[in-house]
Amino acid sequence: MSAREDGQARRDARNTWLLSAPALFILTFAAAGPLLIMLVYSFLTPGDYGNVVWKFSTDAWVGTVLSKDIFDGTYSLADAHLTIFWRSVKLSLITTFFTFIVGFPTAWIIATRSPRMRTALLFLITIPFWTNLLIRTFAINQIIRNEGLLNTFLLYLGVIDEPLLIIYSDFAVFLGMTYVYLPLMVLPLFAAIDRFDMRLIEAAYDLYASRWQVLRRVILPIVRPGIVAGSILVFIPALGAYVTPRILGGGRNMMIGNFIELQFGQGRNWPLGAALSVLLLVIVAVALVFYVRITSRESSNG
Amino acid sequence: MAQDDAIEARSSRKVYGTGPEAVVALDDVSIAIRKGEFFTLLGPSGCGKTTLLRMIAGFETPTAGQILLNGRDITDAPPNLRPVNTVFQSYALFPHLSVRRNVGFGLQMLGRPASEIDQKVERALAMVRLGEMADRKPTQLSGGQQQRVALARALAPSPEVLLLDEPLSALDLKLRKEMQSELKRLQHELGITFIFVTHDQEEALTMSDRIGVMSAGRLLQVGSPREIYNHPVNRFVADFIGETNFLPAEVSGGVATIAGGIAIPVDAGSPEGAHTIAIRPEHVRILPQDAGAAMRGTIAETTYFGTDSHVRLRLDGGADLVARYQSDTAGGEAPPTGAEVGVSFTPGAVQVLED
Ligand SMILES: Nc1ncnc2c1ncn2[C@@H]1O[C@H](COP(=O)(O)OP(=O)(O)OP(=O)(O)O)[C@@H](O)[C@H]1O
Ligand SMILES: [Mg+2]
Repeated sequence: MSAREDGQARRDARNTWLLSAPALFILTFAAAGPLLIMLVYSFLTPGDYGNVVWKFSTDAWVGTVLSKDIFDGTYSLADAHLTIFWRSVKLSLITTFFTFIVGFPTAWIIATRSPRMRTALLFLITIPFWTNLLIRTFAINQIIRNEGLLNTFLLYLGVIDEPLLIIYSDFAVFLGMTYVYLPLMVLPLFAAIDRFDMRLIEAAYDLYASRWQVLRRVILPIVRPGIVAGSILVFIPALGAYVTPRILGGGRNMMIGNFIELQFGQGRNWPLGAALSVLLLVIVAVALVFYVRITSRESSNG
Repeated sequence: MAQDDAIEARSSRKVYGTGPEAVVALDDVSIAIRKGEFFTLLGPSGCGKTTLLRMIAGFETPTAGQILLNGRDITDAPPNLRPVNTVFQSYALFPHLSVRRNVGFGLQMLGRPASEIDQKVERALAMVRLGEMADRKPTQLSGGQQQRVALARALAPSPEVLLLDEPLSALDLKLRKEMQSELKRLQHELGITFIFVTHDQEEALTMSDRIGVMSAGRLLQVGSPREIYNHPVNRFVADFIGETNFLPAEVSGGVATIAGGIAIPVDAGSPEGAHTIAIRPEHVRILPQDAGAAMRGTIAETTYFGTDSHVRLRLDGGADLVARYQSDTAGGEAPPTGAEVGVSFTPGAVQVLED
């Protein structure tokens, strides 16, 4: 190799670094940085009025799953924490599932309309994003609360004698999250179905597949990337949801997001809040790996 | 209905849309396709070939009329309950499945045991010579290979009727010729009824047992390639199948009189009165001026085509004709432009058309 080529190669390498510097900078300071701070804080001691004291401690991490008896100092499982974790995972899974059940036919209908109709429908799907999440959630609150629209209407019709107790329950949280996250499921599903070659349905139907088999064997495996993307887009924010459980779940039906907020606020236990945040991240990462593994295995068999 | 008909369409009609935008895609088509036959539907674009095929496959319901399979009415049966498979023009292979699983799809949906599926898939792949490609995905194959996978996939469940909608139109000429003879061989070996759609008249003539010529939603003529070529029922069929000279004539008593009073003998049973007569270019013979031919003419233009030349000439009576001049059999070059020549027609080759 000549000296000139050598110099060229070195210049190329330097240019590559220079060009990727902005992205690296953002990644370091916007993503890795805060995470690192969280990780460090989770190993410190809480200060009396919030903040942290720079003294190493694993108490926060122990405290995520165990609680210490204030009298005899023995440890037992922190039932309250586990209940919150379990509720978060459960509600997020159910929400993801139902947004898919509702979102798939919706996306299908949109994708199979004429181009003009399709643009109009897609536009309608994005309209909720124009309004602040907080306001939308309060709107749902207004509809489902005991003296809300739904109950007033049903009472007026005489369908029920007493108001339905929907508000401040897990069900209310599920309802709110399904409404809020539905567009995040519909849009990637639409993109996948839009690319789907409808002629394959006829081919499968011609080869003796029943309607159900056409869906199961041809449509679902081919639009799988859209299902995966939609599920991830719904599941992750649902798991960390804060506003919806706060307004529709009341104080009792907390999710991880509310619980973390509590530690940084009234709880004055920043290390525990930090440890819980990191734990949430780990749960999401593990769930993702599992999910992608399972769905890709299914498609290679199917 | 004869017992040996695989498919029969009775007065089938298909109208797409309603009101002023309605399109009559098929207009009262009746056709009977025999068991084990290689039947070709031939016609220009938009004449309703695909529509008829889709009605046989079960993708379209006729607006009126019936479809029968082995004498049984299947007009309302869905595609998955018809022992009829289709080779789609776009192939429509499942992109997420390997070649093997594509070919086995039909058998799998029929709930056949794995051992039987494996064996039949092997055989179907061997039939189209794709055994080594079994584990590839369709996107990793060339166009011709994909075409053969589509064929194997449609054949693997052993359908009673195979429908092929212009399966060769996406292939280049050489591959098309190859696939034509391969299709013919397969049809011979398997004895399955093939219904083949094309708008290529040469393909139709070389491959088919019988041809149905369609135009604007109607079936104009059904017959063997020879019948259709030599005895077209009307001007459209004669024009669509091969090149033809059309001359207005007055027919009476087995003689057609064309411009300039030239009398040409025709079939004694030909319809009388003012009609068009048709003569194929290869039946127009160009002779030396002094050979004593009944007609005389002047060469207007000669186009060289390799083995033969196309010669446009004007008869002394004023009629224009195209002749095919075969260099090797007639000996030497086609006569030059402006040359005076004698012209005769091959006896029995002149056809009087009904309309
Ligand atoms: N789904 C449909 N809706 C409305 N009109 C249709 C539909 N399908 C076909 N047509 C019309 O019906 C007529 C026949 O169409 P068809 O597809 O059967 O033609 P074809 O003979 O297969 O033509 P090609 O050789 O171009 O494939 C055409 O005029 C076409 O425009
Ligand atoms: Mg067609």
